[in-house]
Amino acid sequence: MPIQYYIAFAATLFCIGVVGVLTRRNAIIVFMCIELMLNAVNLLLVAFSKMHHAAALAGGGKNVTTGVEGQLFVFFIMVVAAAEVSVGLAIIVMMYRNVHSVDVNFLNRLKN
Amino acid sequence: MGTAQILFWSLTALALISAIMVLVSKNPVYSVLWLIVVFFAISGHYILLNAQFLAIVNLIVYAGAIMVLFLFVIMLMNLNTETEPQKSIWMKFFGVVAGGLLLSFFISFVISSADLKGKSAQLKEGEIGLIKTLGKALFNDYVIPFEIASILFLSAMVGAVVIGKKD
Repeated sequence: MPIQYYIAFAATLFCIGVVGVLTRRNAIIVFMCIELMLNAVNLLLVAFSKMHHAAALAGGGKNVTTGVEGQLFVFFIMVVAAAEVSVGLAIIVMMYRNVHSVDVNFLNRLKN
Repeated sequence: MGTAQILFWSLTALALISAIMVLVSKNPVYSVLWLIVVFFAISGHYILLNAQFLAIVNLIVYAGAIMVLFLFVIMLMNLNTETEPQKSIWMKFFGVVAGGLLLSFFISFVISSADLKGKSAQLKEGEIGLIKTLGKALFNDYVIPFEIASILFLSAMVGAVVIGKKD
């Protein structure tokens, strides 16, 4: 598959996530859109890793492991995302318990 | 068109349609379910790229653990369509315009880039996505980040308990 297709697909997915963050007010949906953007970047990292691997194979060499770093980065992004989600959802639950709403616009009183 | 192409386009269409459904669903529970469909489609893409380990980890961690966490939180809060806060129509319109401009910038960059011409991602073959290769790299060159990740998890767990505790 040409790499341009993967980039276009991941960019579209990322932009859908951006639009979600900009247009929704429910904090949980905003959080889910951030997960969507993370996944778009993950997919792009894997596609690039396979692209570099194919280039290294074409350049000769039998047991090349070029591109394995990209997939390990994806693994670590997933680790960090799992930790982030647990803390973030705890914050959202705390916010709901205090103000009985998950509306992000309600939080603008933090600016005073 | 070969099988790989058909799979690529159908998984792409599935992912994009479900991602849009995540946004337009009024009920947060439906959003979570559509997001699970997106994650399954992305796992399908990983399998197509022969990144088997990441496909399984994506299913277990994202579609399994994280989405169940989201569902639990939504059910705890008893959210529904009536209590859903809405932005004004102009805010939505400008949000879509801003996202569309960002997308058109990305797409025009992809189309016009000379570096990307003739490059392609390897489908269906290649050894680097297998558990054997990734495990060797992970436990030889990336042991210290791996161990730091466990500390990160411990601190995230403690943080979640401390934040979620009823003072």
